Amino acid sequence: MARGDIKFYQFLLNGFPIILLFFFALTGYSFSFNIFKINISFNFVHLIVFYWVLRKPEMLGYGLIFFAGVINDVVQNLPIGVSSINYLLLCVIASFFRTRTLVPNLIYDWILFFIAILIVSSIHFTVLAIFFDKNISYGTLMSTAFFSFLIYPAVAKIFNQIYLLGLKQEHAE
Amino acid sequence: MSTESSRDDFIIAIRSAFLKKGNRQKFSLFTLLIISILVLSLEYFKTGPVNQFRSITKDIIFRGSYVVSSPFKYVKDKYYLFQDHMSMYEEFSVLRDKDLNLDSLRKEVDFYKSENALLKKLIEERDLFSKEYMLTKILLDKQSPYLKSLIINKGQKNGVKLGSAVKDRLYYIGKVVNVNFLSSRVLLANDLNSKIPIIIEPSGINAILSGNGNDEYAELEYLPKDNEIKENEIVYTSGSDGTIPASIPVGKIIFQDNKKYVKFFSNLNQLNYVQVNK
Repeated sequence: MARGDIKFYQFLLNGFPIILLFFFALTGYSFSFNIFKINISFNFVHLIVFYWVLRKPEMLGYGLIFFAGVINDVVQNLPIGVSSINYLLLCVIASFFRTRTLVPNLIYDWILFFIAILIVSSIHFTVLAIFFDKNISYGTLMSTAFFSFLIYPAVAKIFNQIYLLGLKQEHAE
Repeated sequence: MSTESSRDDFIIAIRSAFLKKGNRQKFSLFTLLIISILVLSLEYFKTGPVNQFRSITKDIIFRGSYVVSSPFKYVKDKYYLFQDHMSMYEEFSVLRDKDLNLDSLRKEVDFYKSENALLKKLIEERDLFSKEYMLTKILLDKQSPYLKSLIINKGQKNGVKLGSAVKDRLYYIGKVVNVNFLSSRVLLANDLNSKIPIIIEPSGINAILSGNGNDEYAELEYLPKDNEIKENEIVYTSGSDGTIPASIPVGKIIFQDNKKYVKFFSNLNQLNYVQVNK
């Protein structure tokens, strides 16, 4: 591989969480589909923020998370600042658990993620309903949180592999 | 003693989570949370420089989002094109067997139009709404379980007004809820926050069409208890809110599980261009 290609590859691996975060914030994709009249959708931004802040906080800046929240609010027609608060609260919870955890464990992270998104989704609903008088389906919000929780282990495994690839590339240099 | 030390640990962990700046972090979470709350409180300013700044920011983000989403939009358009192609023969057979009798229907409509204009003149009723529509392109199509809206490529600069009705061909699909300098947001009739006054013809019953997040049909609210609405009756905008012109067809009545719904005439997932009332 040429030196320029290696540098680009490394940039992609190191910047992977940021690229992914801004991609989902800008497009607002939730991969929503229906099975037996049940709407299935995922909140990928929650998955990205929680995993990277919990496991590798140096790869995803809080300032960037704040900006991703602002972009998401504009795209999703939410009052600007709501998503930023949600994402930053998720960061607070992840960072709190990081300082309390000695040995990383996927099952433990998985359960913590569920607790974290339940708290964040409830705050999101409360802020929109009380301060902005917005109609929001609580059922859909909770089902999105639940389905995001279900895919967390798979997503965490993929993110971990990408992080290891980045490390390997760094050591190869 | 141990309770005290665990409480201290807890407080240290909380403090560290909020205030400690990690490696390569420029801001603490506490600072950013305060900034977020301040930004959120600016939402209460609907006019002035704050609103102008917000409008420019939104325009920039929408263009960025348009660029990032364009490959996915291309794939989606191709998918629907393929689906249309596959069902073409079926649709052709249905249309061939149907006696549309378009010519006589058109003459009948022309007669009713002229009669209506004459009657309006007699009672000196003024038309409050412009009959002119401008064609706009859809920049972004945001259809998530929480939001059913479109971003169009015309804004304040092109004369788009807040609350204007938006049509797909002849049919009502939504209204403008947010106007920026170069773009606007259209809230589709199936969004949870959409409520529009309608009239059901020929029974002449007024009601409110309320979006439920479903792509194909919406719910009816404030229907009289002993109504005699039949299936396939046509739903039009009533214009009683003073912002949406009257008599734009929206959909037809369908019955599902003993409940009445309105099935949209337009496919809200396959829109590329829409018309905005000037």
